[in-house]
Amino acid sequence: MLINQYHQNQPIKYPKIKDLPRQYARDGVIGLPNISEPQVVRHYTRLSVKNFSIDGNFYPLGSCTMKYNPKVCHSLASLPEFADIHPQTPENLSQGTLEILYNLQEDLKQITNMDAVSLAPAAGSQGELAGCLIIKKYFADKNETIRTQIIIPDAAHGTNPASAKMAGFDVIQIPTCENGDLKLDDLKQAISEKTAAIMLTNPSTLGLFEPNIIEISKTIHAAGALLYYDGANLNAIMGKTNPAIMGFDIIHTNLHKTFATPHGGGGPGAGPIAVCAKLKDYLPNPVIIKKDGEYHKADNKNSIGKLTANFGNVGVLIRAYIYIKLCGNEGLKRVSEIAVLNANYLKTKLEQAGFDIFQPKKLCSHEFIISFNKLKKETGVTAFDIAKRLLDYNIHPPTVYFPSLVPECFLIEPTETESKQELDNFVEIMIKINEEAQNNPDLLKNAPNNLKLKRLDELKAAKELNLRF
Amino acid sequence: MVPTDLLYNKSHEWIQINDNDEATIGISHHAAELLGDIVFIELPSLDDEVKIEDDIAVIESVKTASDLYAPLSGKIIAVNQKLEDNPETINEDPYGEGWIMKIKINNKDEVDDLLKSAEYQASIEED
Repeated sequence: MLINQYHQNQPIKYPKIKDLPRQYARDGVIGLPNISEPQVVRHYTRLSVKNFSIDGNFYPLGSCTMKYNPKVCHSLASLPEFADIHPQTPENLSQGTLEILYNLQEDLKQITNMDAVSLAPAAGSQGELAGCLIIKKYFADKNETIRTQIIIPDAAHGTNPASAKMAGFDVIQIPTCENGDLKLDDLKQAISEKTAAIMLTNPSTLGLFEPNIIEISKTIHAAGALLYYDGANLNAIMGKTNPAIMGFDIIHTNLHKTFATPHGGGGPGAGPIAVCAKLKDYLPNPVIIKKDGEYHKADNKNSIGKLTANFGNVGVLIRAYIYIKLCGNEGLKRVSEIAVLNANYLKTKLEQAGFDIFQPKKLCSHEFIISFNKLKKETGVTAFDIAKRLLDYNIHPPTVYFPSLVPECFLIEPTETESKQELDNFVEIMIKINEEAQNNPDLLKNAPNNLKLKRLDELKAAKELNLRF
Repeated sequence: MVPTDLLYNKSHEWIQINDNDEATIGISHHAAELLGDIVFIELPSLDDEVKIEDDIAVIESVKTASDLYAPLSGKIIAVNQKLEDNPETINEDPYGEGWIMKIKINNKDEVDDLLKSAEYQASIEED
């Protein structure tokens, strides 16, 4: 039900403003519902509890890092000194906000160990596009326009090939070994004088750290190409290693993942990019600089250009800055340690309970994969059915059917903010659902059974896209 | 069981060799199962010359988007336009109404490398 549908009274009458010139006066009634405050409060409270969110539910959505967002980040970023400032405010009147943006650039430089940062990209995907455009411009300046290809492993996030394509590159896909590592021979074969870059996620989307990363980066650099780091899985490595020592030249970070700003169903996101020294001048504008103790907006002359009208999503950037300061250096290291510990704990528990883990012998990073292929063959129950049944137990399902290398899979990422109790509870529910799959598969086939909305017709939804209520 | 009168390749396409060096191409029942409900297909253009293993079409399902690779080199001589409005036909009848395209083969040697039905059946049982 939409809030307008509660409206049963007369339309709201607004007092006429005396001196308003006639041509600016509204002709008809304004379409706001005339309803009471409790009706409004109840409407939105009801809506909010229909939603699955990290504030109400365990949310182990792999590759998305749905960690808890500390409320203090929100309340501080909502202070009028931040929230009410106009992006075009003169620099001398917005030094506080500029200082925070500058400091955040410096912090991200330190965490990634790269040489320069731009906070401009308004999402991880926009960061990727910016990175690819930098690659393009760098080689154009070097008169190496022959480099038209970007190499991407088959397990990559779908945004990688999309960004490369959008920046005008051809995508060369290379396969992954059965154990999840990159196939080095195939990589070497794929490299040619046309290679501009490789885009990698490390740890990969399979939840595994690429052991040959140094050899890979040496091989790519020897061919004169660049390495792009998809920072989606940065939550696994903070303070332990960094993209710069792995040999990467460009990285985007997802503040809405690693740095606990809101995402999922709106965000807005923020995908700052960081680069090595030789690519510094290509960063998207603006960057924030410090001069004589004051902070200024600066434009790189050789920049790929602007991505957003002003500074990017500043409210989100402030939240991420507060989160980084809350954690501190040691705290961020601990974030990654506990994220990896939680994932390995959950993986081991599920393995002991008889679930099929992808590469069970290997330590996983902050996420791992289980496959229901065997269960599907035995009972007809799919990963999708299990995901829907988890909703009945008030758990947001993990990522399903990604990466597509492992059939009938879940990609599970518990994050560091979950307690042992919560993880144990998840294992118990998974065991219960597994038993249900054997004894009463229909329960899963029809799930969710206990929610307001039942199984949706995804085929119809995809074919007859309707985004309006 | 997979139809015994067709040839296959590892990327789950079936190939029917017709007269005049022509071949009809679709995806196997197994592939359609793996993809789940198909919601969109981007067909190749008529008269395009394609090389074996080129990506020539895109199939999108509720689960994933997947490229279709040319199982043989040749020229596209027909595409199943009906699939544009009813891509779910591939799920319903992958070996019949769900055919995707026809190719005029220009290198007959490539046909010898395709899988026989028993070989293909064995390869999907391994998965």
